[in-house]
Amino acid sequence: MKKLAREIRINTLKSLNHLGFGHYGGSLSVVEVLAVLYGGVMNINPENPCWEKRDYFVLSKGHAGPALYSTLALKGFFPLEEIYTLNQNGTNLPSHPDRLKTKGIDVTTGSLGQGISIATGIAMALHLDKKPNRVFSIIGDGEMNEGQCWEAFQFIAHHNLNNMTIFLDYNKQQLDGALEEIINPFSFEEKMKAFGFDTVTIKGDDIKGIYDAVKSPRTENEKPLFIILDTIKGQGVEYIEKMKNSHHMRLNDDLKKEMEKEVEKLERGRE
Amino acid sequence: MIKVYNGDFKKDDIEMRKVYSTVLSRLMEKDNRIVALEADLMSSMTMDAVQKEKPDKVINCGIMEANMIGVAGGMSIAGKYPFVHTFTAFASRRCFDQLFMSAAYQKNNIKVIASDAGVTAVHNGGTHMSFEDMGIMRGLANTVVMEMTDGVMFENVLEQIALKDGFYWIRTMRKNAATVYEKGSIFEIGKGNVLKDGNDITLIANGIMVCQALEAAKKLEKEGKSVAVIDMFTLNPIDKELIIKYADKTGKIITCENHSIHNGLGSAVAEVMAEKGNARLKRIGIKERYGQVGTLDFLMEEYELTSEHIYSAALELLK
Repeated sequence: MKKLAREIRINTLKSLNHLGFGHYGGSLSVVEVLAVLYGGVMNINPENPCWEKRDYFVLSKGHAGPALYSTLALKGFFPLEEIYTLNQNGTNLPSHPDRLKTKGIDVTTGSLGQGISIATGIAMALHLDKKPNRVFSIIGDGEMNEGQCWEAFQFIAHHNLNNMTIFLDYNKQQLDGALEEIINPFSFEEKMKAFGFDTVTIKGDDIKGIYDAVKSPRTENEKPLFIILDTIKGQGVEYIEKMKNSHHMRLNDDLKKEMEKEVEKLERGRE
Repeated sequence: MIKVYNGDFKKDDIEMRKVYSTVLSRLMEKDNRIVALEADLMSSMTMDAVQKEKPDKVINCGIMEANMIGVAGGMSIAGKYPFVHTFTAFASRRCFDQLFMSAAYQKNNIKVIASDAGVTAVHNGGTHMSFEDMGIMRGLANTVVMEMTDGVMFENVLEQIALKDGFYWIRTMRKNAATVYEKGSIFEIGKGNVLKDGNDITLIANGIMVCQALEAAKKLEKEGKSVAVIDMFTLNPIDKELIIKYADKTGKIITCENHSIHNGLGSAVAEVMAEKGNARLKRIGIKERYGQVGTLDFLMEEYELTSEHIYSAALELLK
């Protein structure tokens, strides 16, 4: 999973660098959790993306699409070269995931707040049919501004849909700046507990911690699980971690060089 | 094949909401994939009894319409065929981005039942009246937008679409509609129903306005006019051929809708005629106004939706 995380990070950077612009910060902060889900937890079948027994994944914070594409490509859903078609005219890899275009994408997202409701609907249908498939979703901390998320949480808790696990990418930044300055979320942990979830906070790059928390499905009596991932926007890429606003970056020549250096650095880590 | 009821004006013996709950309950017994979602208006739609019998098929989402549409999208992805119901105003104005994103754009199979259409929201008043929804919905590409005329149509349409793929918007009143069709009629979605043929003028109506158009036609015929009446229950895709045919045949068209004349039936017919067809048009419908409380009779008079209003407009056009 650690290796997979490194490869996801390298390829996410490469695909964004190739394009010259995109959602760097929020793509990089979900790399580890994607590596855990696709590398060790979820039942998937790249040969048959619509396999009946698969676990579902919903990237509610759709703008992290590039990280998900790299993950899917590395797992064999489509050839790795395709990640360089990101956002090109006529592409199958649009900025935000589209289930009708990309193999392995279960849900089209991009209008914030909606992915979590759709994930909820999948979990509800599985629950009614008494199926064992699990549903995982990553939601953004800025996305928590949307009232619809809180509607979904009420529904999930009421029906005790503990076949679903929600990760909050708590990177503390949204497009226009710091969460606290725009809409202070106060304590996500307290709120989610009050909403009826088992809530834990884990370091966003703590692969073992994330894996241990989600490797086993919840037992019948347990509440649905809400994991606050304490992340950094641009996680794992030193240069971007230090930036004030990395939500959407457009590379000039200097920045391009810096990004290439970061890729090289990560690639040296392979040895 | 449709059979038109030719007797005197009467109300259906079954309410539209009862048609919905009865037919859905029956369909759910036949196919495990059909589910119904409600947003705390279950009792208003008589779905409470169905939920008691089938608690795992009828889900009350609470007062969260946006989430309900998303949940329906997810259930569709997991193999279900969800129907969702709420009042027309909330289903349209409140949830448009959800209907776009979670339903139509990603081709999920969702049937929206939008009740209390237009002035039929009566005493819930202006806040609950939607005169915009059909216009909003027909802007979504590759979707089916319909308005139910009576119970016979509603039953047949529900049976036809339950396991069809795609997005369906079905607008209806909740109480008893006026009887327009005989039991056993089968409706062709996307085609207009010619209820009466004629040569001098064509009345194109939908929903509660169909019986008003038929009444107006009767009155005009007494004065020797030959009047065609069409029930255009599918607004999108609209039956262009039929509009062009009657535009050419009668040269005069009146559209009649319980909806704003902007973007609804009147606009859709005008668009077809502007591109092809050669006729004069008058639009009966809501003109630059919001709703208010009142009885149905009062509101139809107030918003100029009665057979008398259609009759006067026709006389003017026939001058």
